[in-house]
Amino acid sequence: MDAVIASLPEYWDGFLRTLYLSVISGIIALIVGTLLAAMRVSPVAALRGFSMFYVEVARNTPLTIIFFFAAIVLPRLGVKFEQFEVAAIIALSSYTAAFIAEAVRSGVNSVPVGQAEAARSIGMTFTQVLGFIVLPQAVRTVVPPLINILIALVKNSSVAGAFFVLELFGYGRQLSNDYGNQVLWILLGVAFFYLLITVPLGLLAHFVERKVAIAR
Amino acid sequence: MTSVLYDVPGPKARLYSLIGSAAGILIILGVLAIAVTTLAQQGIFDADRWEIFYGPMAPDVWNLIGQGILSTLAAAAVAAIIAFPLGIALCLLRISLIPWIRIPTQVVLEFLRGMPVVLMMLFVLLVFATGQFQAVVVGLVLYNAAIFAEILRAGIQSLPKGQREAGLAIGLRSFQSRMSIEFPQAVRRMLPSLVAQLVVLLKDTSLGYIVGYEELLRKIQIMADFLGPDFLFPAFFVGAAIYILINLTVSRIAIMIERRGSKKAAGGVAAPSLRTGLMVGGNDPIAKDSVEGPDKK
Repeated sequence: MDAVIASLPEYWDGFLRTLYLSVISGIIALIVGTLLAAMRVSPVAALRGFSMFYVEVARNTPLTIIFFFAAIVLPRLGVKFEQFEVAAIIALSSYTAAFIAEAVRSGVNSVPVGQAEAARSIGMTFTQVLGFIVLPQAVRTVVPPLINILIALVKNSSVAGAFFVLELFGYGRQLSNDYGNQVLWILLGVAFFYLLITVPLGLLAHFVERKVAIAR
Repeated sequence: MTSVLYDVPGPKARLYSLIGSAAGILIILGVLAIAVTTLAQQGIFDADRWEIFYGPMAPDVWNLIGQGILSTLAAAAVAAIIAFPLGIALCLLRISLIPWIRIPTQVVLEFLRGMPVVLMMLFVLLVFATGQFQAVVVGLVLYNAAIFAEILRAGIQSLPKGQREAGLAIGLRSFQSRMSIEFPQAVRRMLPSLVAQLVVLLKDTSLGYIVGYEELLRKIQIMADFLGPDFLFPAFFVGAAIYILINLTVSRIAIMIERRGSKKAAGGVAAPSLRTGLMVGGNDPIAKDSVEGPDKK
């Protein structure tokens, strides 16, 4: 127990870095994912194909492999990073974007056809239909799964700890080396900090699901 | 849906779309070409780099890769076989009528679901001083059993109330009704999500790399370390391709099951809005989104 208290500064540093990784990759993934979803429903076949291919491959690749690629293979190929955080953010956001694209797409699919038909019939263009009619409605169905994806993102950021980034999991590994006899408490401490992020987010998802989501 | 978003393209629009497609393909090809030339400058495509896969070393290399695949599959299989019954048990506890059982189970499930799988593996490895294989399996089992339990619970809750009421009315005990009426229907309804979760489990075995379990990725690294940095890229490329191929195959099977399942509504009851993608399942997006919901429009 005292090992946990003694290493509170490390925990705090790791906690902040986990948050940092999650927030930055979350924002990038949200933008890229939405773009991918829009490409997926667009009239241009090449964009549709690319989006489909990307989503399919990224969802079926283990995150560890993506990290391995970003943190170990890329530098060997001459792409050097100042910090390994950059590699972690690239890996996390490219992985998560695929899931976000899927969630947004199924949200778009959940908007009744009549809405889009009505919008089309008053002469709106593709961009207008998507931007003013479909996406605003899709957002409501999409928010709870999106929060779940972000929770998974927080948990997935732990993989970064194995690839030279000192976030919560990374510190957990380091500290359990330093305090070999108190591993149990050290790791429970790490677990506590993860729950500090994931449980409130989970509650939020639950709340939003009941409040915002509309029954169709 | 897609076709409603814009007019059926006329000749002009088709032309634009064609031009757009061509431009898109050109851009993608261009990016690829840049990547390939950069790689080629570093001699990635020199034949001797890839010789490990067909030259004199090939039998050893493939042997190592084979071992890696086997240990990946073994961990996934063992974990799945243990996690599923455990998930059913947890689900039963979670929907128990007795608050003293239900609430602690809920807390435990929340705990397990809110935790990174790697952390659980490391925990088992260090605290219980087990071997790597056990650590990987236990980590996977704990996490996935919790997810299975949540999926099954969602399935049971999606059943019409009348199912349980009818069971109780003909004199079944609560437990009997759960086992012989509700569970079979819940499993059938949730089959797509369950299989999707199996894909996640398979993917997560790669986390074993982090705790030092010698699965495919670790073998690849061992190989690259042994052969020298020149061979890192070829080795990684082949390993990743194998991983993705295995996962894609299992995903395809999952989608096939979902297609079949959504055709005949489970148990003759009206199918729930089978948006496996959205509401059901646990904390894990993968649990819920890796199988495409049937496109309703």
